[in-house]
Amino acid sequence: MGKPILVIPCSGIGKPFGSISRDATFRVCDELRLGKADTLCLSLLVMGDEEAKVKVSTSKCITVDGCPLECSHNNVRRNGGNIVANFKVMDLLRENRGLKPREVTFLDEDGEKLSKLLADRLVIKVDELLEESG
Amino acid sequence: MKIKPKVGVVSCSGECCGLGTLSRVATRFVLEDLRSDQTVTICLPLFLAGETEEHGFAKEHPTITVDGCEKLCARKAVTKYSKEPAEGVNVEALLSEWGVEPPKNRRVLDTEDVETAKRLAELLTDKVDEIQEAA
Repeated sequence: MGKPILVIPCSGIGKPFGSISRDATFRVCDELRLGKADTLCLSLLVMGDEEAKVKVSTSKCITVDGCPLECSHNNVRRNGGNIVANFKVMDLLRENRGLKPREVTFLDEDGEKLSKLLADRLVIKVDELLEESG
Repeated sequence: MKIKPKVGVVSCSGECCGLGTLSRVATRFVLEDLRSDQTVTICLPLFLAGETEEHGFAKEHPTITVDGCEKLCARKAVTKYSKEPAEGVNVEALLSEWGVEPPKNRRVLDTEDVETAKRLAELLTDKVDEIQEAA
């Protein structure tokens, strides 16, 4: 099997959107594409961990951001990450205006729906990238 | 009447294991339910990538760091960029002390994990109260 695609969420803690980024990432890495997608601690990378830096620079990275500050995308880029795609929970929210997630700690029904939608999109991207890699 | 400072509670992002999820959930319990009026937080990656405003966080608020593992990213980050945290919790070490198993699933916590998160949140709440009393 080739190198797993790295999916790196912002894991924002103040609003539901960060929770959605995190939840969707775990759906992909632990359930939908187990062994084909992986993640790492964003904070560990930003703290300058050498192993994390090597991992993001030698893997295809998908960043997932909850809010417009784009902490995942910006931090992975600054640390030499090979970013091949960036997903934004806000884009998904604009496309699904009827969904209004409110809970941060444990996602509510609308948060779960958005997480599943996001995970499905991530899976499509992961599969595309794996196919490209042969 | 003396106005007591709000206490910062900063959790690691901890995507690599269930301990990060536990840290995060316990932190949210404190922020949302147990001491909602007395606590504030900031996303650790935002704090790390931030500038003067974000780095001023622990200078404005006595801060408790909540780290999932022994790498102590939150504690090191707050110390490096802002100020020595008022308190810090290493969840991995604490669970070992309590004889409690870490969560097996990092997305969904089971009933026992949620109980552990509540216990951790109570401990954090005690620390919040101690900090405010001393202020």
